Amino acid sequence: MTLRPTASQTVGPFFIIGLPHDALAELVPPDDPDAIRLGGVVLDGAGEPVDDALIEIWQASRAGRYAHPEDTREEIPLEDGFDGFGRCTTDPNGFYGFVTVKPGPVPAPEGGMQAPHIEMSVFARGLLKRLATRVYFPDETEANEADPVLSSIEDPAERSTLVAQPEDGGVRFDIHLQGDRQTTFFSV
Amino acid sequence: MAGRAATGGEVVGYRRDHDAVDPPYLHPDYVGTRLRAPTRALIPLRHTLSEVTGPVFGHERVGELDHDLTRQHAGEPLGERIILGGRVLDGDGRPVTGTLVEIWQANSAGRYLHEVDRHPAPIDPNFSGGGRCLTDDEGRYHFITIKPGAYPWRNHPNAWRAAHIHISLFGPAFATRLVTQMYFPGDPLFFQDPIFHSVREQRDRERLISQFDLDHTVPEWALAYRFDIVLRGRESTAMEH
Repeated sequence: MTLRPTASQTVGPFFIIGLPHDALAELVPPDDPDAIRLGGVVLDGAGEPVDDALIEIWQASRAGRYAHPEDTREEIPLEDGFDGFGRCTTDPNGFYGFVTVKPGPVPAPEGGMQAPHIEMSVFARGLLKRLATRVYFPDETEANEADPVLSSIEDPAERSTLVAQPEDGGVRFDIHLQGDRQTTFFSV
Repeated sequence: MAGRAATGGEVVGYRRDHDAVDPPYLHPDYVGTRLRAPTRALIPLRHTLSEVTGPVFGHERVGELDHDLTRQHAGEPLGERIILGGRVLDGDGRPVTGTLVEIWQANSAGRYLHEVDRHPAPIDPNFSGGGRCLTDDEGRYHFITIKPGAYPWRNHPNAWRAAHIHISLFGPAFATRLVTQMYFPGDPLFFQDPIFHSVREQRDRERLISQFDLDHTVPEWALAYRFDIVLRGRESTAMEH
C-alpha cells in the first residue's frame, strides 16, 4: 500500500505559539570550549529583512555522530546532553543565531566522508513549504572540495552560498530567499 | 529496521512523491510568496546519513497536560470544545510512533495570542492556543482544544482564512519534516483561501480537511474531528524484495 503524503502548508506568522524555541538556540552551553556561534540575516527578494522566520538545524556531534538510531557507528560515542537539534526565530532585523559546535565529518554514500556540515530548514509566512539548505565551514577547504554534495554543484557562485563566512567566535551564514544572490536550496 | 542501519555511508533514502503533492513555492494569489519564493530551481539532494537521521524527542519534551489546550489556565476557554485526533502514518501505511506533534491555532473568536495579530476580536485569557504530544505505538495522536474561528487577513480585499489548526511533525528523519494545516469540513471560506488552494490537486486539498468523527465524540461533552497525516515513505530496499 502506498499512501500520498500530506501536503505542506505555511507556518504563517504566529508559529511561536506552538513551536517553542527558548531553550533550543543553544545546542551547547556558551562556555563550552568548542562553542561557536552560527548566525546571519534572512533577506527577501527586495533585500528586506525577514523578521518572522523560523530556523531549525540538525547536525552531528563534534566527533561526527548523529544522535539517531540509524547512525549505528558505535565506535564514535554519543555525547551526553547533545541531541543535534536547534531551533530559533529571526529578530526584528532578520537575524538568527545559534550556539553550537562544528560537527565532525560523516560518511558519504559513495564511500569516503562528507565535509562537516549542518542541515538547515527555513520556515516563514510566505513559504508554503520549508526551504532546506546546508551550512559548510570556511576553514575546511580541502574537505569541502572533496564533499560529494558541494562538488556536484557546477556553478561556483551557487556552491559558495553554502559555505559560511568566518566571523569572530563562529561563522556567519546569511540566507537570501530569492534574487541574484539567492542561497542554494535543496529538494530534500 | 535493523537491516536499514547505516554502518558506513550507504543509506536508504525517502521517496520524492511529496514533490507532486506539496504546493509550489511561488503561488502569486498568496501575496506573501512573491518576495519569498526562491527564483532559482532547487537542487535535488541525494539522501545521505544527514537526511535520513533527524531529531529524536522523548517524553521529557512533553508535559502531562500539553495535549489539552483547554486546561492550561485557571478557567476554561470560550468556544466549542473539540477532540482532535488521528494517526500519523508513513507512505507505506505503517504507524509513525513516538514522533512529536506540535499544534497552534487562533481562539474561538479568530484571534491568535500574538503581538502581530491586530484582528479586533477578543483575546481569551484562558486560551494560549499551543499544544504538543507524542504519537503512541499505533501512531495515534490526541488533542483537546476549542474550534478556532475564521479571521481576516490582508492578502486581498475581504480576505478571510478558512478556520484551521497548524500542525508540525518531525517523523524519523530530516527528510520527513512536515508543517501543515488542518481544516474543518464544510467551511464556506475555502473558495477564496489561496493558502488552501496552493495545493495543486483537489484530492490532496481534500486530505487537508478533517472529518467529523462521531465515534470519538464524547456525549454531553465534546465533538470530535479526525485528521490522519501521511509522512513520506521510504525507498524500497533489496531486503524487502
